[in-house]
Formats: sequence, C-alpha cells, structure tokens
Amino acid sequence: MSKKMHIQINVNGKDQEFLAEPRELLIYTLRERLNITGPHIGCETSHCGACTVTIDGKSVKACTMFVAQASGKSITTIEGLGDPDNLHPLQSAFKEHHGLQCGYCTPGMITRASKLLEENPNPTEEEIRFGMAGNICRCTGYQNIVKSIQAAAAEMNAAQEAAE
Amino acid sequence: MKDELDNREERVANLKGMGCSRKRVEDARFTQGKGNYVDDIKLDGMLFGDFVRSPYAHARIKSINTEAALQVPGVLAVLTAADLAPLGLHWMPTLAGDKQMVLADGKVLFQGQEVAFVVAEDRYAAADGIEAVEVEYEELPVIVNPFESLKSDVVLREDLDPKAPGAHGPRKHHNHIFTWEAGDKETTQEVISNAEVVAEESMYYHRTHPCPLETCGCVASMDKVNGKLTLWGTFQAPHAIRTVVSLISGIEEHNIRVISPDIGGGFGNKVGAYPGYVCSVVASIVTGKPVKWIEDRMDNLMTTAFARDYHMTGKISATKEGKITGLHCQVVADHGGFDACADPTKFPAGFMNICTGSYDIPTAYLEVDGVYTNKAPGGVSYRCSFRVTEAVYFIERMIEVLAIKLNMDAAELRRINFIKKEQFPYKAALGWEYDSGDYHTAWDKALKTVDYEGLRKEQAERVEAFKRGETRKIMGIGLSFFTEIVGAGPVKNCDILGLGMFDSCEIRIHPTGSAIARLGTISQGQGHATTFAQILASEIGLPADSITIEEGDTDTAPYGLGTYGSRSTPVAGAATAMAGRKIRAKAQMIAAYLLEVHDNDVEFDVDRFVVKGAPERFKTMKEIAFAAYNQAIPGLEPGLEAVSYYDPPNMTYPFGAYVCVMDIDVDTGVPEIRRFYALDDCGTRINPMIIEGQVHGGLTEALAVALGQEIAYDDMGNVKTGTLMDFFLPTAWEVPNYETDFTVTPSPHHPIGAKGVGESPHVGGVPCFSNAVQDAFRPFGNTHTNMPHDHWRIWRTANELGLHS
Repeated sequence: MSKKMHIQINVNGKDQEFLAEPRELLIYTLRERLNITGPHIGCETSHCGACTVTIDGKSVKACTMFVAQASGKSITTIEGLGDPDNLHPLQSAFKEHHGLQCGYCTPGMITRASKLLEENPNPTEEEIRFGMAGNICRCTGYQNIVKSIQAAAAEMNAAQEAAE
Repeated sequence: MKDELDNREERVANLKGMGCSRKRVEDARFTQGKGNYVDDIKLDGMLFGDFVRSPYAHARIKSINTEAALQVPGVLAVLTAADLAPLGLHWMPTLAGDKQMVLADGKVLFQGQEVAFVVAEDRYAAADGIEAVEVEYEELPVIVNPFESLKSDVVLREDLDPKAPGAHGPRKHHNHIFTWEAGDKETTQEVISNAEVVAEESMYYHRTHPCPLETCGCVASMDKVNGKLTLWGTFQAPHAIRTVVSLISGIEEHNIRVISPDIGGGFGNKVGAYPGYVCSVVASIVTGKPVKWIEDRMDNLMTTAFARDYHMTGKISATKEGKITGLHCQVVADHGGFDACADPTKFPAGFMNICTGSYDIPTAYLEVDGVYTNKAPGGVSYRCSFRVTEAVYFIERMIEVLAIKLNMDAAELRRINFIKKEQFPYKAALGWEYDSGDYHTAWDKALKTVDYEGLRKEQAERVEAFKRGETRKIMGIGLSFFTEIVGAGPVKNCDILGLGMFDSCEIRIHPTGSAIARLGTISQGQGHATTFAQILASEIGLPADSITIEEGDTDTAPYGLGTYGSRSTPVAGAATAMAGRKIRAKAQMIAAYLLEVHDNDVEFDVDRFVVKGAPERFKTMKEIAFAAYNQAIPGLEPGLEAVSYYDPPNMTYPFGAYVCVMDIDVDTGVPEIRRFYALDDCGTRINPMIIEGQVHGGLTEALAVALGQEIAYDDMGNVKTGTLMDFFLPTAWEVPNYETDFTVTPSPHHPIGAKGVGESPHVGGVPCFSNAVQDAFRPFGNTHTNMPHDHWRIWRTANELGLHS
C-alpha cells in the first residue's frame, strides 16, 4: 500500500484534514470519509455528472479526481448551496417546475446549474442545454430542468435588481 | 370544530386531490442532497463485496485460486461456487422458471459473469482482492447469434437435460428454451396466402439496457443474535424479493425484512434477483457483519437486465383498399446464457401477443422461440409492460411497410383499420380484451394539431428541392399510434413465481385527521408519495398534505408485487381507492351517529358527510376521525383503518397518438428533431404535472433507443458498449422540447378510471422516432432499416440509397 498523503480541504465552509492514500478519489472522500452523500456515483467515467461539485469556482466531477488533487482547495456540494430555511433559488425552482423525478442526478444537476448561472446569469435555452450537457438525467427528458433553471435565473436576477 | 372553508370550490382545492398538479412532496429531500439511496446506507462494521468477473463469454473454469487474495490487507473472505454449493446457493431460480449460476459453477456463459465474491473492509481493498484472485479458464466456442445457436453442436447449458422439457414446454434443441404461440396458425396462414395484398418484413429490435442513473445494489445485515436478516436494496419488488430470499435461503419470511430505500430510477433494471444479492446475504452470514454490494456502471451494463433482443419476422395481409385481414409474427428471442426474463409466469414472451396493436385485425398468429446464447441474461421490460415495446414497434413498422406496398398514406391506413369506439370492450385476435378506447378522436386531434397535410406537402417539396440539389436535408414524418397493456394483473392469469399480481394499500387515519397509507409498490421517481395521497384525498376528504405515503418496507407495508409494467396506478392505485372507500363507509356510519340520523340519510361531499337535503348539518372528515377515537359508538369498533388487496379484473389499455417531424442531413447522418407531438390517453388523470414529466422522460428514453442506444457484442462475445462512453444516454443537448396533449377515456373497470402512463411514451415513442427516420428515406426507396438509427447507420442508409452520388 502506498504511503498516505496529508490532505487539507475545505468542504462547504468547513476545514478538513486527514491522511489518505494517493489513489483515494474525491467522491469517495466526500461520501465515505465525510458522510456528504449528496453527490452520487453514476458512471465513474466523468460522463453522467451525478457527482458534480464546485471546486474553487469550477464545476468538477468528483468521481475522476483524486482527493490529493483537491488538497488546499475549497469544495462546495449540494449540501453547501442552501439549507431548509434558506433554499437556493434553484432548489425551489426544481421543485416548482418538476425538474426532477428519481432525484439521483439532482444534486449534481443543481450544483452544476448554480455554476452555470454564476457564469452566465441570463442564459438562453440553447446555452442552458449546452452548459448542462455534462449532466445526465434518465427521468425528466430535461425539458423541465431547463424550465427550472430559467425560472431560477429570472428569480435571481429579480432579486439582484431589487437589491441594487 | 369550526368549518373554516365555506366555499365548495375552496374545499376541493384545499384537498389537492385528483386532477391537480400538486407539487411533489419527495422533492425537498432530493433537491437538498438528503435522499437516502442504498449506497448512502452506512452501518457499523459494514464490509464491501465485489465480484471477480469472467473476461470470456464462454469458457470452462479449470481452477480458482484465492490464496493470494486472502493475503491482501483488508480482504476478509473470497466466496466461490464451491463455498456456496454446500448451502445449495451456487445456483438460484430465475423469474422465468430457469435457474442461474450465482457464482460460476464449472463454466461461464457470458462476459462479465460472476466468478468469485471478494469481501473486504472497503472498496479499495475489495478491488485489490479481485486483482489477486487467480482464475484459469479454458476458452470454449462462443455463440452470440440465436439463429446459429439453434444449429450449433455446442451445448451452452450442460446442466440441462437436452431432451427434457423446460419451464414452458418442449425444447427443440439443446440451446432452445421454449416455443410460445398465440392465435390461430392455420387460419392466419390461409388468410395471408389468399390475400389481395401481403407485405413482409424482417426486423431486429436490438439489445439495449434500462441503465438507470443509480446502478443496482444492496446491503445485507444478518443479526445473528435475533436471527433476523435485513436487506436494503434497489428493489422494484421488495416483497417478492423477501419471498425469493426466504425460499432460497431457508430463512423464515418473518425473519427477513426487505427495505427499498429511495431508488435512483429503475426502468425494469431492478425487478430481478441478482447474484450480488445472494452473495451479500451469504457474506453477511459468514462474516457476521453487514455487507454492501454496489454495481459499477460496467457491471450494470454488462450483467444485470438487458432488454429487447428480438428478431421479428412479419407478414401482414390486406385488401386492395387497405383493410387489414391477417397478421403473422414470428420471433426468435435471444435470452442470453440463462433465461432470467422478468415476465408473468404464463407469458414467457411477455405480452408480445398485443402485437395486433390498435387495429381491428380479424386473424393473427404469433410464435416466439426463446434461445440461449453467450450473452448476459435479463430480458426485462425496459420502461414497458412485458415486451409491449417490441409488439408495438413490430405492428407500427408493419403498418408502414404495408402502406408502402399499398402506395397509401400511413396515417389513412391506420385510420381505416383502427378498432372503433363502439367495438370496446374489444376482443383481440390474440386473446386480450381491450377495456376502452377512442382511437379515431385521438388520431384526428393529433393530425390536426400538427397540420399533417401541410407537413406532407412540405415533405414533397423538400424531396423535389433535394433532387434539384438545393438542400442536403431530407424530411421525415414519424407516426405512431399505440395501445399499451399495463397493470398486471389479474391473479387468474398473472403471477410471478406463483405470487398473484394483485397489489395492496393499508390506511390508518390518525385521531386529529391526518393519515398514513402504506402500499405494496415502490416509487423509483414516479412520485407515488405525491399522487397516491391525491387519490386518497379525493376518496376520503382529508387534504393530501395531511397524508403520508410509505412504501418499500416489508415489515410495515402490506404485501404487493411492486412497481414495473406501469402497474402501480392500475393495481395499487385501485387498492388505494378501494381502501379509501372502506374508510368512507365507516366514516358514514360515524357521521350518521354524530348527526343522529340514519346511515342512508347522510352523503359524502368533498371533505364531509352532510345530511341529505340539509347541507348546513354536516360532520367534516376531521371531526369524524376524532370521533372514531373518542366516542363509544354502538355497533362500531373504535379506530379508522382499512386494508385492500386489489385483484384487477382486467388489464388497462392506455393509448396514444404521436407525431415526430425530423430533418436528416444525408451527408452527416445527423437527425434533427424539429417537432414532437405526443397525445396520451391514460384514462383519468391524477396529476397532470407528473403525467407530463413521465411523458417527457419516456420519450427521451425512446429517443435514446431508437437513435443510438444498444448493447452490442463482437463475435467473441465481448461487450462493445460497456461504459457511458459507448452506450448512448441523451444529454440536454440532444433532446428536443416535446408538445404534450391528451384525451381522457377512463378505464371502465378501474375504481377511478386510471390506466397508468409511465411507460406509454417509451412504447409509443420508439416506433415514432424510428418511423420518422424511415419515412424520410421512403421517397428514395427505403422500406425498412433496423434501429438504432445512429449517425453512422443513417449515413449508411443514405449511401445505400444513392443519396451521396
């Protein structure tokens, strides 16, 4: 067995420090070591996006990144996006517009969408479809996911305007 | 108690009952990452098991050496067939009356077959252990084609007596499984040989896979102190799994608790019993610790539950005017190494005998031969009710082929052959009795909405423009009209492993007027917790928001056969309504007592019982619930509970009319879906929002299957599509927006008239997408090409038709 590495990461605002084998994947760290089970495993080859998290401002598929590669970085998962009393607009919009069915892709989908809207607060439908193409959903046919993201964007923009 | 809502409409709205687009109660946890899927389960000391799998599709196992693996740090045990044999667990029964190796017993029959089970402290140690297991194989000749298999001297299943009949009658050859027939062979052949017009076609409905985003898995925990086994898993039929586990393990059923937690999509993949379940249970018994087994995506695509793989040959006869007179269908079904199809016992080819479709065809005959090959076992209904997708694809292609032969418009050919509204209930030539339908109304509505005539004109102009060299894009109009057969099913002819396919609901009303209802089904994304509460709200007059729906725990839920084949609403939904009516019947007596009138002098009104002719005198259901617990009512037991086990008198027959408009670039082979219109008639509509969502999803899975998704093998039996790199799952980028529409033709025999909808869009969608591709090439001489219509195959069709010259 390889020598363990010293890892320091920040997950959802909380610092974590531990020793891990070099081969430990980030998704394993999150789910097994830290009990953060929002991100899911769907393919282990970077195709489905169920494991999507945000690392230092970028959408990353946690199933194909070693935790060692994430050392020193800040990670946000679905659990860090909102809480029951203060939902992220995407979390409410997905419910309101039936943007999910089995729910398995949903944490990755919402995490990715949150990044997409940060990068592009006013995406067209085409931009949403292109920007979300790394996240597979087997249930919804995407139509209501697109609708949910559009609704969240509108709500976030309205809130932004009201604040200004 | 004060009546807060005076207005009747307001009272109806407050219930959030049937017909409203109630938002889903499941979504709060899913959107916040708080779902509880099987891989989220963690128990003290839990171990992880994983398989050593065969790299060969057909090989004899000379030896298995586990010594090195047992030396790997973290590895606790390695199970092989030799370890399971003393327990009689190295083989297990399949749902199709065959048996399947749990771990390779002397040989392997498909690539990826389970050879040994490594149990370790975590996934990494299990992977290390797998690497260290040494297996010596001797390769055997591989057969991946069922037609060759029926001629081959190579015996795939050495465990079977080649002369003995199988579970479904005599076998013709050592690699043959069954022959299943329906209809009148002689009359059909006679009608066809004397017909004015006959169209013939052979088509291959390729092998594919349901591929839910969450793979299959389980956690087995044997409590040796209490003798209780708890098994969490991705089970679409938890109660049936409990019975199967009991039968094969010998553990009494009351000592087994099966729990289906949240399930990340099923689509048929999670109906069967898999070696991973058996090995996890054994490993937990051996180690005394909980054992988790979770498939990775390759395991999933290569080994659990393929779908389709039907080679279908059809003949359809008609008069010169296009009136269909007969249909002949012959199928060679590739079942892989073991017959593990998930069908009701008496239907080894599922409901393939619905292949006369939506048409009034007086004479028909169907013959299906099941065959063993060196491919994975399975044969599940992928978002479909037991081979209905194959049946509907077959008839909807045969109609198109006949239209070409008759030089007739395919929409008109359908129209003149539809079963008429007044013919229902309609007895079909292959045995089924269709409950209700109004096909002409649905078809006319669909064609009018899309301006069918206008589309045909545009298509004709496009053909001319293409011939003049002005465009490289051709246009296809895909049509399909489907009739589903769902809600299995009547116990008199539907069972799985001898268990009748009824379903159940148990309701408890709490004193303060809220309730819990438990069902024998299990949601995998369909939103049961939302919709079943709506059925109950309308039936018992308590708000859906005050009703908890619980499924999937065999210790608490009543027995039921689970969720697949669109059976939840037709069967468990009926049980829910019936149990609700029992509650209402008792509530009526309580209300009458409280109002001091005769039982017959009160009537139900939305959320209360009112005295007939005196609506100001009433008791709300909330008041009645409390009275059930605090009053001593003469002649009535306290409490307010009910159970219903519902045995449906017939199947339900949802139907729909779909139109797809597609442009195809002949130089790239890329199809662009310009428009997709889907009209569904699922009878009474419980939640329009959820219906629409089901239609979107089913159509997208149909798009996948029609346009690229397949499990392909090479001649050596290697799976060529074992990862999501090769196995097509559409993304948001490839999927169009769908237009949904509906008509409502209630089921006459279902308590609330509902028919089920989850699978209709898949069943109707596959032929619609395929017909669009084929229709685009029809003006250039195409009659039929096989799916999947991926870019390369479309390009090849264009090339073969000379469109590149």
